[in-house]
Amino acid sequence: MNPVSAPTHDALTTETPDYPMARATGCPFDPPAALSELRTHAPISRVRLWDGSTPWLITRFEDQRALLGDPRVSADSKRAGYPHQSAGLKARRVESSTFINQDDPEHARQRRMVTAAFSIKRVEALRPAIQRIVDGLIDELLAGPKPVDLVQAFALPVPSLVICELLGVPYADHEFFQTRSKALIKQTATPEESVASVRELLEYLDGLVGQKLEHPADDLLSLVAERVRAGELTRSEAAGMGQLLLVAGHETTANMIALGTLALIEHPDQLARVRESENPKLIASAVEELLRYLSIVHSGRRRVALEDIEVGGVTVRAGEGLVLANDVANRDPEAFAEPDRLDVGRNPRRHVAFGFGVHQCLGQPLARVELQVVYSTLYRRIPGLRLAVDIEEIPLKHDGLVYGVYDLPVTW
Amino acid sequence: MKVIIDQDTCVGSGQCVLTAPDVFDQREEDGIVVLLAENPPQDAVEAVREAAALCPALAIALEE
Repeated sequence: MNPVSAPTHDALTTETPDYPMARATGCPFDPPAALSELRTHAPISRVRLWDGSTPWLITRFEDQRALLGDPRVSADSKRAGYPHQSAGLKARRVESSTFINQDDPEHARQRRMVTAAFSIKRVEALRPAIQRIVDGLIDELLAGPKPVDLVQAFALPVPSLVICELLGVPYADHEFFQTRSKALIKQTATPEESVASVRELLEYLDGLVGQKLEHPADDLLSLVAERVRAGELTRSEAAGMGQLLLVAGHETTANMIALGTLALIEHPDQLARVRESENPKLIASAVEELLRYLSIVHSGRRRVALEDIEVGGVTVRAGEGLVLANDVANRDPEAFAEPDRLDVGRNPRRHVAFGFGVHQCLGQPLARVELQVVYSTLYRRIPGLRLAVDIEEIPLKHDGLVYGVYDLPVTW
Repeated sequence: MKVIIDQDTCVGSGQCVLTAPDVFDQREEDGIVVLLAENPPQDAVEAVREAAALCPALAIALEE
C-alpha cells in the first residue's frame, strides 16, 4: 500500500466527507470513486449530510446485510437521528408516513395486507398481460417518428400501465401522478414542493379509495379499501399505502429500463448476448446483473440504531443514523468477482439492489418480470436500436433519489 | 437436511419460491412462506441453501 496516496481511517474521519458524492464524468454507470475508496480504507465512517448531521456510512456488502437484517436497526423516519436524504423528503415524511418508514409490528401488519398481490405465482400470472403491454408500446414506437425519447415513449409507460392495472388506478391520469412522483423523488425539491406533491397524490388516492369503497373491483386498491371498511386501516393510511405502491411501482422500474438500455448499448457484447438468447435463465440473470451493476437506488438506505451495535470493528451508538450505500456494496470485490465488469451471465442473486432485511422491496417479483419481458423483447424487435445523440449529451439523474436518465433519444 | 421456516418473520419477498420452488410456496391469502418439503431431496439441497442465504427476513433455518 502506498502510504502517501492511501487515505487513513483517521484522516477520513477527521475530514468527514459530504454525502452524497459525485460520480466521475464519463463513468455514468459507476458509483462515485470516493465511495469505493471508503469501502476499501474506511468501510464504516462518518459522512456529513445536507443538514450538517454526521451519520455512519456503511459501504461493505456484508456489513450492510448484517445491519439491514438486524432488529436493533430502525427504519422509523420519525425517530431522532434518522438521516433524511433532503429537507424535502423530511417534510414529506412528516406529512405522510407509510410502512416503508415504520418498524414492526406495524410495518408487518400493513405490509401483509398487500403482500399476496406480489407473490411469485400472482406476478407470474401477469406475465402475458405485461408482454401485451410491451409489445403494444413497441408497435407504436416502430410506427412512430424517430429519433424518439425512449423514457417517455416506453420506459415510463410500461411500469405505469402495469401498476395502474394492478392497483386499479386510471392510466388516463398518468400525467398527473407521474409529475408528482417525479417531484417526490427529486432530492433538490424544496419542502414546500414535496409537501404539495404528496398532498395532491394523497388527495387523489383518497378519492380513488372512496370510489373503490362504493364500487369494489378486482384490483389491489379495492382490497386496501376493504381493510378500511373492516376498520383495520384509516382512510388516510389507505391513501398513503396507495400512494406508496403507485410511486414505488413505476419510477424505479422506468429507470431500470432506460438506464439498463443505455448500459447495454454501451456494452455491445452484453447486448448481443441478451438479444440473441432464447434462454429465459440468461434473461433472468441479465436482470439481476443490471440491478446489481446499476443499483439505481443510489442515495443509500437510511436507518437509525436503536441500541449500541458492534459492526466491522466500530461501535454504532443508540440513536445514531446509518446510511447504507447499496450501490457501492454491489461493487464490493469481497462479494462479487470483478465487480466493475458487466457480465449478464453471472446471475448475482445476492445483490442488495432491492435492499435487505424486512424492508426488502415488496414489488421485486413484479419488477423482475417487467424487466425480463422488456429486456427479452425490446432489443429483439428493434435490433438496430442505438443512441441518437452522443452519450455525453444524455442528462443523468445525479440529483435523484433514484438514479437514471432524464431522457434517452434513440433511433434504429 | 431439515428446513425450518418462521412464518411470523417472513415478509413475503418470494426469494425462496424463486430459488427452490419445489420446497417453498407462498400462502394464497398473504404471500407468507409455506414449506412443501421439510426434508428436501438431495438434488434440491443446494437451492435450499441459497434460498436461506437470500431470505431478507432470515426466516429460513437449516439443520444439516
